[in-house]
Amino acid sequence: MTYIPISPNERDAMLKTVGVKSLDDLFDAVPKKHRFPKLDLPPALTEMEAAAHLADMASSNENVREHLISFLGAGAYNHYVPSVVDHMLRRGEFYTAYTPYQPEISQGTLQAIFEYQSLMTNLTGMDVSNASHYDGATATAEAVNLAYAQFRGKRKKIVISPTVHPQYREVIRTYTQAMGLETAGDDPNADLEAGPEALTSLIDESTMLVIVQYPDFFGRIHDYTKLIEDAHAKGSLVCIVANPTALLMLKTPGDMGADIVVGEAQPFGIPLWYGGPYLGFFTTKKSYVHKMAGRLVGETIDNRGQRSYVLTLTSREQHIKRERATSNICTNQGLLALAAAVYMSTLGKTGLEQVANLCYQKAHYAAGELSKIEGFGLCFMEPFFHEFVLCTPRPAGEVNQYLLDNGILGGYDLGRDYPALQNHILVAVTEMNSKDEIDTLVEVLKEM
Amino acid sequence: MNVPSNLKYTKSDEWFDPANGAAGITDYAQSQLSDIVFIEILVDEGEDVEVGKAIASVESVKASAEIYAPAAGKVSAVNKGLSDKPETLNSDPFGEGWMIKIEGGSAGEVMDAAAYEKYCEGRSH
Repeated sequence: MTYIPISPNERDAMLKTVGVKSLDDLFDAVPKKHRFPKLDLPPALTEMEAAAHLADMASSNENVREHLISFLGAGAYNHYVPSVVDHMLRRGEFYTAYTPYQPEISQGTLQAIFEYQSLMTNLTGMDVSNASHYDGATATAEAVNLAYAQFRGKRKKIVISPTVHPQYREVIRTYTQAMGLETAGDDPNADLEAGPEALTSLIDESTMLVIVQYPDFFGRIHDYTKLIEDAHAKGSLVCIVANPTALLMLKTPGDMGADIVVGEAQPFGIPLWYGGPYLGFFTTKKSYVHKMAGRLVGETIDNRGQRSYVLTLTSREQHIKRERATSNICTNQGLLALAAAVYMSTLGKTGLEQVANLCYQKAHYAAGELSKIEGFGLCFMEPFFHEFVLCTPRPAGEVNQYLLDNGILGGYDLGRDYPALQNHILVAVTEMNSKDEIDTLVEVLKEM
Repeated sequence: MNVPSNLKYTKSDEWFDPANGAAGITDYAQSQLSDIVFIEILVDEGEDVEVGKAIASVESVKASAEIYAPAAGKVSAVNKGLSDKPETLNSDPFGEGWMIKIEGGSAGEVMDAAAYEKYCEGRSH
């Protein structure tokens, strides 16, 4: 698109219109002492010096690619990102494109979003996907908004499993604090050994949404089919927060009967990046598409019979619904949705299944070896995917510090969120962890 | 433009039939919205409505609009078939396109057909 600069004539015309003679006059309202304050800056550097200085600062960071062996997950995972992902993202057509309103000039962006949506619905077993959210936590909170709208505010209770990611639960509370909702089940002191059926007794005729995680925050795999049947019998909707990598191996939430499937698509081609920007995915059944927040791209044919892509059900867009629009939450994750689409299509179904399988096998090898160390042990007996709870003989903070001193980023300290799980860490293993790395972890902990 | 003389009209383009309590959107409103692709009726049978309360949400290919209750009373019927055939609002807004019936309805600030026709003409210029 053409960059249109402002010419001196245009500037003069604008100044004349607002009734001032010069730019200085325009800013006259700003007190003089604030107009060009002296900034406390060090002397200017040459480009070479600045680059060296920045590189020096950057090198004091330790990252999981070069310096540390990582066993930290808890919602953000260290997966391999094929180099093609980055190359596609940096193409100017995608990198600089903004809101794709006009199908006439945005076919590439629209098609990319359409592909992303199609892949996500396949993965989750649902009918429709929107074009992304800020992250998994906000996508989960939007599921509450969908349910609230579906029942038009007549049902006000949400049942949240205590094993949904603690930060997601926090975001839901923040997001919905003014809606006058009642929350049940969300108790960090709850019986964490209890299965999903423990939630059933909390579901009643005032429940609009039940939220569970799959695999749950502790990595455990539950079949939610029965819970979903029970929830539906009371008229409630069910949202499953899913790990997309795990879905390659497990029964899909759609097969369990879930109404909404959300989650964090960071494992799909998005680096750890200090916690963001990430990619929230949101999929649901066709009957809820009008209540789903966000943007939707559809496939159609143009007036020459050619396949083309357009925004569909556009009433969710700013140019139609104004302040009630919901598409604005999709705009800036479009590039990351593209990353996920490129990741999925590069690996293909077989490749994705291999990644999932490697995560599963390596995590189970690690769990087996770690639980043999004296004083350590697995906390739960349920099947798990690539993350598990390890109980430790000393406070988790101490264990992690010891690991860090040995170049290993340990697991998530669960005592921070669950009083009953002091001395417990959540260990994540992905395809990035070699057998040597896992053996090193075991050796280091043995020596502790 | 079709403006049946037996009905009453609101400034926000709803019609109300004092004879049977039916309410919907006017011919003028449907033509301004263009092709209507979605309707959700926001009230249930047995619910009380007040004048000006949103009773339905309508979406066309180009716009989205809330429909407000032209009268107060109890909702005695909801046109459930509309959600499957929202295009009925375009083809027959005063007939098959009725949205709800309000029992014991006392209309709010409404116009008769002649006044509404004049009101619409004033807006289209």
